[in-house]
Amino acid sequence: MRILPFGDGALLAEFGSLAEVLAHYRPLAAASLPGVVDLVPAARTILATFDASVSAAEVRRWLQAAAPVDDGAAVGAEITIEVDYSGEDLAEVARLLKVDEREVVRRHTGSRWTAAFTGFAPGFAYLVAPGDPLRVPRREVPRTRVPAGSVGLAGEFSGIYPGASPGGWQLIGRTEARLWDTAREEPALIRPGAVVRFREAR
Amino acid sequence: MITVLQPGTQLLIEDLGRPGCAAVGLSPSGALDTRALRLANRLVGNDPGAAGLELLLGGAELEFDAEALLAVTGACGPLSLAAAGLPPAEAAAGRPVRVPAGARLRIGPARAGLRYYVAVAGGIEAEPLMGSRSTDVLSGLGPAPLRAGDVLAVGSPAGHPDTGWLPTPVPPQGRIVVRVQPGPRLDWFARGTWQRLTGRDWTVSPDSNRVGVRLLGRPLERTAADELPSEGLITGAVQVPASGLPTVFLSDHPVTGGYPVPAVVVPADLPLLAQARPGQPVRFLAPPPDPTS
Repeated sequence: MRILPFGDGALLAEFGSLAEVLAHYRPLAAASLPGVVDLVPAARTILATFDASVSAAEVRRWLQAAAPVDDGAAVGAEITIEVDYSGEDLAEVARLLKVDEREVVRRHTGSRWTAAFTGFAPGFAYLVAPGDPLRVPRREVPRTRVPAGSVGLAGEFSGIYPGASPGGWQLIGRTEARLWDTAREEPALIRPGAVVRFREAR
Repeated sequence: MITVLQPGTQLLIEDLGRPGCAAVGLSPSGALDTRALRLANRLVGNDPGAAGLELLLGGAELEFDAEALLAVTGACGPLSLAAAGLPPAEAAAGRPVRVPAGARLRIGPARAGLRYYVAVAGGIEAEPLMGSRSTDVLSGLGPAPLRAGDVLAVGSPAGHPDTGWLPTPVPPQGRIVVRVQPGPRLDWFARGTWQRLTGRDWTVSPDSNRVGVRLLGRPLERTAADELPSEGLITGAVQVPASGLPTVFLSDHPVTGGYPVPAVVVPADLPLLAQARPGQPVRFLAPPPDPTS
């Protein structure tokens, strides 16, 4: 872990891999430090922002003291998401992976996905699974409109579009689950560190 | 209640935002010039975090259907009040004004600064999201930008207006000086970048908005050729994209970004950038001691 300066109210912890980020994010999220306002995991970093009730030195010590928790532990309860696997790019994904469409569905439903970080839009989580079972490139030409609830793949990630938006991910299915709902006390269905399972809708 | 007769350039409901939601992808949002909103709230006896109105540039007209206590702060420009049976009168900025039912407040084009703040005793009511009534223009969440004909509810006044002497800062009209500190990715840039960032004037671009103040000037030179994996951003982060021209992120900034951040503007100086007009010069002031020495 390397800790980089970010003004008086934030520190950026940098790691060698996404797995390391997740391993450090889990204990930090589980035992938050009073005064820390935001903890934002990303591909190689965790940003901690804090208020004046805590010093930068205390936050630095807290970041450095986190004992990494490898796979297994989830932040919060496991989330199950029902998916209708009829996405427009399912055949293309199968072709890219040199498997049949059923195998794509089997790998997606058979993997234990973890929300590594969020971004792109409120409620959008970048999900990773051990062994990168469905690694495919983005579409060469992004779609100008992807409907809400679309389940996609890009790189080592799977993700679900919370609302309609432009998008370049390969779409393999669609869910009725509400990824972002401001009527809920906690609008985001998936928080960083959450474990997600996909189930095929019948 | 308040009826929006004219929304002007951009009229938004803003409070002090929703910090602490970045992990689920929400910007902090909130008033850009927090100092001006806090002052307006204090003048009418509101909590500092009560929701008020943020008006970009001017051109708004508001009608109060009941007696109200209001204050306008932030940008400087012509304010006028009209009420039935009374000749239109100039209204004073930076102090509490009691208006009768039916009064109309007109806010003209700003002569100094860019954003006015209007506080009304009791605060503006709106559906909160994660504890805040702020409009976030990046995600489109929070109350919708106000349009002509919109009717705003006002809460019950609770506190005592502060009628004592309060300093009311006037936005600077010449060069704006803001203090910076080193950011996480200064080492992605050529030697001497800190000096080039802080040693000369930048110019506020007309493309600036609530997401960030874009600056024009001589581009900074990046040496690291790698692509930066997206990482968390904060308000005040000075991000330098491929163009080499810095953007200082404001309240509605994206929660993560994929361009390196060599510097951060100190929070106390962000209100100055909230009021920076297109074309205005900006100088970044390095704190002593020089972090590169």
